[in-house]
Amino acid sequence: MSGVTKVFDGRQGRVQALEPIDLDIRPGEFVSILGPSGCGKSTLMMLLAGLIPMTAGEIRVEGDKVDGPTPDSGIVFQRDVLLDWRSALQNVLIQAELRKSDMTKARARATELLSMVSLDDFHDAYPKELSGGMRQRVSICRALLHRPRLLLMDEPFGALDAMTRDQLQIDLLRLCRDDKMTVFFITHSITEAIFLSDRIVVMTPRPGRVEQIVDIDLPRPRRLAMREDPKFIEYTHQLTGIFKSLGVFREE
Amino acid sequence: MATITDPQADRTEAAPLRFLKAVPMVVYTLVGLLVFWELAVRLGDVPSFILPTPTAIAMEFYDYGHRLFPNAMVTLFEVLLGFTLAVLIGVPLAVSIVYSKFMAKGVYPLIVASQTIPKVAIAPLLLTWFGYGMTPKIVIVILLAFFPIVINSVMGLKSAPDEMLHLARSMGASSWQTFWKFRLPQALPSIFAGLKLATALSVIGAVVAEFIGADKGLGYLIVIAGANFDVTRQFAAIICIALIGMSFFLVLERVERFAIPWRDKSDGHD
Repeated sequence: MSGVTKVFDGRQGRVQALEPIDLDIRPGEFVSILGPSGCGKSTLMMLLAGLIPMTAGEIRVEGDKVDGPTPDSGIVFQRDVLLDWRSALQNVLIQAELRKSDMTKARARATELLSMVSLDDFHDAYPKELSGGMRQRVSICRALLHRPRLLLMDEPFGALDAMTRDQLQIDLLRLCRDDKMTVFFITHSITEAIFLSDRIVVMTPRPGRVEQIVDIDLPRPRRLAMREDPKFIEYTHQLTGIFKSLGVFREE
Repeated sequence: MATITDPQADRTEAAPLRFLKAVPMVVYTLVGLLVFWELAVRLGDVPSFILPTPTAIAMEFYDYGHRLFPNAMVTLFEVLLGFTLAVLIGVPLAVSIVYSKFMAKGVYPLIVASQTIPKVAIAPLLLTWFGYGMTPKIVIVILLAFFPIVINSVMGLKSAPDEMLHLARSMGASSWQTFWKFRLPQALPSIFAGLKLATALSVIGAVVAEFIGADKGLGYLIVIAGANFDVTRQFAAIICIALIGMSFFLVLERVERFAIPWRDKSDGHD
């Protein structure tokens, strides 16, 4: 696996969503993009996924230029976009169906993934019968079915309640641990970013620009209790400080 | 102990009550209404050429059934054939409107605007063009039924959220697969809503077409009976039309449940 290099430089319509962005992500790294709403985080992910064309610049994933849907990637959106007419298992399997993979292997992998997120008993349930947290877990399994090298997540837990969110963060870390996978995680939660990431890319409000990159030096596996760790709290202070100086937070 | 009641006694007492409760509420209302109607007409001495009694209408079915039935079959045939053709034209047309810019910008507005023309007003014209046979009836049914089918299908096919289409692309879906595996199933509930609206309109279309010029069908029977002041016969024909409309709707609802099983389950818990 050669190094992953990406150079962004995007412009969307008349509104400049992103100022030229240079970013280098290492293989196997968990990177969070942290920024306020409307800073172009999602645009950045869509560019990386090859789903929208960029105005200028180029992105390379493992040396290959991105100019169409990035094949070796899995995507999770804030909305789970499960297909209502398919059971949980079939929703996961659609990934293999469309990629024309070996269905027997895919089925085994799907069963394994669903069991890792404690959904063994829900293979045949329709999405409407599942809770929000369960639905998002199925959608994560769908993104991981083909063992992508790159997992793209756009505020995947943004619509979930705080407790479900905690559980899904732990589930996600467990799922990522086994495969040497690069994760590109978009969030606007400081705590979530620190808890999950190796590095945090802090973005400014529109037009989006990389303000600072913060390395998170916390041991893995991460535990929920680490959020009270002095080091964790220090990171929280540091990031809050950055956003204050950017004018994102105003306390008066 | 005071809290323990005799289950045996409880059961014997509740039995007739339970039987009464098993009959849907609406049946009582309907029976009540019919009884009221019968009594009002009899006691009020309303002449039968103004309002016949329910029993007289029921007798009419018995006496005149041999003529009602074949005419009902004619109307039913027009409804079914017209509806089927409307589906075969409407759904593919909706697909072309969603996928082609020319159809969306050049043709769709015309279809929408054409709906301001009352179809009943064109019926005599269709008669001039196609004669007194089956054709003008089928055409009118198509004209009435096709619009809700097109509109609802277009809405349904456009209802797939952006993220879903992005997801499809990221998994390498061809546009053919995106249509079959994402857009079409997503559109089914909306398409069926259109079809259900179209059932009622199809029946209206067939009957109106028969009013204007026909020598068979329930619409024709109503016109003839009206000319003879035979209100009882008119009522019998109206009931036949209502039965056709209701059964058509119910059959379609069955088909919908079969085609969209994931919907049924979610509705089950209330």
